[in-house]
Amino acid sequence: MTENLHLWILPLLPLAGAAINGLLGNRFSRNLVATVALTFSGTAFAWALWVASRFTSLETLPHVETVATWLRSGDFHVDYAFSLDQLSLVMLLVVTGVGFLIHIYSVGYMWEEGGFYRFFSYLNLFMFFMLTLVLASNYLFLFVGWEGVGLASYLLIGFYFTRDSAASAGKKAFIVNRIGDFGFLIALFLIIQHFGSMDFGKVFDLVKPLPAETSGAGFLTAIALLLMVGACGKSAQIPLYVWLPDAMEGPTPVSALIHAATMVTAGVYMVARSHVIFEHAPSAMMVVAIIGTLTAFFAATIGIAQTDIKKVLAYSTVSQLGYMFLACGVGAFSAGIFHLMTHAFFKGLLFLAAGSVIHAVGGEQDMRKMGGLWKKIPWTWITMLIATCAIAGIPGLSGFFSKDEILWRAYQASWAYWLAGVFTAFMTSFYMFRLMFLTFAGDHRGAAGASHGHEEHAGHGTHLGRDESSREEAPASHGHGHGHGGIHESPWVMLGPLVVLALLSIAGGWIGANRFERFLAPATGTVGASSEQSAPTTEPASLPQVPAEEHGNEHLMTGISVAAALLGLGLAYLLYSAKPGLPDRIADALHALYTAVANKYWVDEMYATLFVKPLIGISTLVFWRGVDQTIIDGTLNGGAAGARELSDEVRHMESGNLRSYAGWIAIGAACVVAYMVWVGTK
Amino acid sequence: MVPLSYYLVLSAILFACGVTGFLIKRNIISIFMSIELMLNGVNLSFVAFAAQWHNLSGQVFVFFVMVVAAAEAAVGLAIIIAVFRTRETLNIDQVNLLKL
Repeated sequence: MTENLHLWILPLLPLAGAAINGLLGNRFSRNLVATVALTFSGTAFAWALWVASRFTSLETLPHVETVATWLRSGDFHVDYAFSLDQLSLVMLLVVTGVGFLIHIYSVGYMWEEGGFYRFFSYLNLFMFFMLTLVLASNYLFLFVGWEGVGLASYLLIGFYFTRDSAASAGKKAFIVNRIGDFGFLIALFLIIQHFGSMDFGKVFDLVKPLPAETSGAGFLTAIALLLMVGACGKSAQIPLYVWLPDAMEGPTPVSALIHAATMVTAGVYMVARSHVIFEHAPSAMMVVAIIGTLTAFFAATIGIAQTDIKKVLAYSTVSQLGYMFLACGVGAFSAGIFHLMTHAFFKGLLFLAAGSVIHAVGGEQDMRKMGGLWKKIPWTWITMLIATCAIAGIPGLSGFFSKDEILWRAYQASWAYWLAGVFTAFMTSFYMFRLMFLTFAGDHRGAAGASHGHEEHAGHGTHLGRDESSREEAPASHGHGHGHGGIHESPWVMLGPLVVLALLSIAGGWIGANRFERFLAPATGTVGASSEQSAPTTEPASLPQVPAEEHGNEHLMTGISVAAALLGLGLAYLLYSAKPGLPDRIADALHALYTAVANKYWVDEMYATLFVKPLIGISTLVFWRGVDQTIIDGTLNGGAAGARELSDEVRHMESGNLRSYAGWIAIGAACVVAYMVWVGTK
Repeated sequence: MVPLSYYLVLSAILFACGVTGFLIKRNIISIFMSIELMLNGVNLSFVAFAAQWHNLSGQVFVFFVMVVAAAEAAVGLAIIIAVFRTRETLNIDQVNLLKL
């Protein structure tokens, strides 16, 4: 009898927090709202830590705890079941840990915003669904969490719902995700059809004995590709990445938690979770790798030309997610998850630090109007520098280890992946240091001492009307910078999480990719370079022995990727610090290319022309005007109008005139007589 | 022996006269008389058939009709008097309170 870890409590804790804040929060003071939110998310984190401490004592993995049967139909049944293995443990700690830190940060960041309780209610709701997603023991339960985080994402992107752009960004995210979810659902149907179960364990046990679909694509390839469609939607991969940059309309802590650290990695998690299916479908794996590579590459190029600090980070997120899919595509699932974890640390940190910068300069997001901030907000600067070095792959920081591992595994699969990956690493380093130089170095280019209006949220305080009244409640630690304008460092409730995440960004990589891989091996399989092992059934798990010469190669690869990172740094320094006029001249020289990149390759416009406009046109003409207005409304209104017309005619029979009644009777009698005569003489 | 058809034709003529009178007359008394004419037209055909088939049922039926008609005449005339007292007219077109 294995120990009962009461995994069901983990998602329920934030759900309780969401319910309390959501239902009663408008009557609470801000302190109480923050206390409730932090208590429940903090307890969830503590519980996750306890679960982690008990993890080694578990006898069977995955450790499944079934709470109740959800639905049953003949032999097919789906349970409310939670499972814990190495993969979900890593996700669990990342979600609760980073989530808790971002909750703390949000208390400071959101303090002066309207809808404080609403924000924390949504944030806790997100935690609930995300924990459901990572702990689910079957595909359908996972799908509940999957849709739920989409809902929370929609609610939080549209948090400033009085702003039109935020509302439409929320809708865009939701609708683009629907496209992905459509693929996911079909995949689930195929799984039910072929395996008769949704349970991870059962499905994978049934898949394992099957031969890999090396020649020709069968249903496993179909399932894998459809799952990938779902993952593309959730994790913002080509061609469904367009929602993520727009999602930056949400408050910055949301961008950090949902659109960088946790939710967008759900696709990677799901692919890694389904690795058994993917390993049996090499062509699907190749698609995953190619999509990942392309996304990493294109998003990075777009990131170079963005001027909004959050948009740069958004494209950077898309690009890093591409890396994770590249890793999954070449069979290095654990490397992908490793990068997922380190990325959660440093990208969460980057967003929080960017939020701190935005907070400091009074809501300005345009990097061209920043500059010289490092003296004014040193803590933000230091922590953001660490995160930037981590994402750029400077040796010794977490991003270096995970990215290097991915590139090495990609190289084993194909040099093309590796080349694109290294070039992307160079661009990553370039645009991140460009961001750093533009924001922190040089002289301040914005209006000095701009009024602290949180321009980003202008016109927002009106709809709840609580802002003014609750401003007196602001704690002393936070009140210092407000009311007199000027650039100021954020309060410690915001800086604390930055520092913790910075430490994690440094330390996270030292776990070591190999140790991490050995830890994850039971959950993600230990496939080496996938090209050599296209038939995973042949060899049970054992870490591939890397020959000595390949070790030499690995060092060479590492050297090249470090050089790429440093080159990016140097180029950014040259262009944005040493010779500030140069970028404009380069942009002029490469006018066409620059315009294309700055306009994000017109992908949004292309989608608008290809899909959105025809869809709206067809919907308007056929479904709205045609089906709805003409057929449905027409039938209904026509029936009603017909009845009224008929009644109007018949009404005149009831004239009240006795002789007309008598006439009707006579006519009726004549008809009856005529009929009887006709029948009688026939 | 007068053939049956003669009685029936006379009966039909009487009935048609009653219907026509009922429809075109405005005076309630005239309408009332038209109803009596129709009833008696029908009575005539009953009696004619009874004589033809040597069956007394038709003649018995006629007595019933006459009894009912007498009762009806009593009630009807009472109603006519009541109507005339309240409305001071016997024109059927002006007795139209049920009109919507």
